[in-house]
Amino acid sequence: MRQPCERGAAFMEEDEMPDGASATGKLYDVAIIGAGPAGLTAAMYAARAGLDTALIENLSPGGQMAQTEHLENYPGFTLSTSGYELSEIMHGQAEHFGVQTIYDEVVGAELEGDVKTLTLAAGSLEARSVIVASGARPAKLGLPREDELTGSGVSYCATCDGNFFKGRDVCIVGGGDTAAADAIYLSRICRHIYLFVRRDVLRATAIYHNKLEQLDNVEIVWNTVVEGLLEEDGAVSGVHVRDRVSGDERDVAVAAVFVAIGSVPNTEFLDGKLELDQTGHIVAREMGDTSVPGVFAAGDVRTKMLRQVSTAVADGANCADACANYLLQHQS
Amino acid sequence: MSQIVASADFDTKVLGADKPVLVDFFATWCGPCKRLAPVIDELSSELAGKVDVYKLDIDQSPDIAARFKVSSVPTIMLFEGGQMKAKTVGAVPKQQLMQMLQA
Repeated sequence: MRQPCERGAAFMEEDEMPDGASATGKLYDVAIIGAGPAGLTAAMYAARAGLDTALIENLSPGGQMAQTEHLENYPGFTLSTSGYELSEIMHGQAEHFGVQTIYDEVVGAELEGDVKTLTLAAGSLEARSVIVASGARPAKLGLPREDELTGSGVSYCATCDGNFFKGRDVCIVGGGDTAAADAIYLSRICRHIYLFVRRDVLRATAIYHNKLEQLDNVEIVWNTVVEGLLEEDGAVSGVHVRDRVSGDERDVAVAAVFVAIGSVPNTEFLDGKLELDQTGHIVAREMGDTSVPGVFAAGDVRTKMLRQVSTAVADGANCADACANYLLQHQS
Repeated sequence: MSQIVASADFDTKVLGADKPVLVDFFATWCGPCKRLAPVIDELSSELAGKVDVYKLDIDQSPDIAARFKVSSVPTIMLFEGGQMKAKTVGAVPKQQLMQMLQA
């Protein structure tokens, strides 16, 4: 459960906060940004390594994992395991070893030197090292009116919003695991599902292909990009699509557009202070080392080939170990 | 803790309130709703006396959800003087909800 004492600063008016005051008034060994599977694992390993560990989370623990209906590919857990349940288990495990969870949002960071300062929405926090595990969020299509229509037919969470479109025709944009899993989920709820795939193959894992082929109401539309959102009475009424091979364009009537085209790393608060790759992910080595000494990166936010809960937890463990070694070498 | 508002009480407790009211349209089976729930509870206690905070279960109150054209959960709406003044969709940090209240 949440610790009310940790949140004291959040109730303060801005002018009540003394200049340069820390929200907690202490120097942590490590501050971990984000309590998804990477951050939770890093926190647990760090605490077990004897580090005074702060875990900062702006919602509740679990990250994108908490929003996964069924985790089918996390070893040791059954088909019925929900990402939310696993999040609670991981968080409980981390706190059991002494991790302190702080519910706040990191809005800025000073990462150079032996003491790193994180600016929070309410106050600030100091630590001798930082593990960035801030994760990623669903990418948007980047179409006009997309923001206004979010919640009115545009959705980034099929399992959340599918039920609102029971018996209707809908579309999914994307060709990866999320898009495929969304199509399978929505096939049980909606009448007809168009799956608009940019290329002529699915990136999705093989196990999804057979399942998709068996579904009569899922129509995979290859080589197709969605170029516009159609609107009627303030809600989505269709999409304008273009065939990338033939160049043909057409309107398709749908009540909802489920966007599953990948994710965008949450790195805005870093403001260029760590080296990022072209897609905005933090450049990090095997053990999580970044371009700044004492700052490590784990999970979806870092450069990597496979973004899964299983690879996120591995990153978290590596980072905590690297971090403990770094602190040994930089004892103040 | 924030209270759940029933359909029958919506007009009096939300539209008829003499102060701003924040309503979290949620579903029990929705992951992002669960992630947002502690934030809503926190706002409820922090804003006590200034803003009323309620949760509305869209499966228990489909009539209200339809009336406000909710087609995504969680959707958070701000009501003032019987009118919907602002809304935001998805699990968002507390700071963002505070900004919505101050706008």
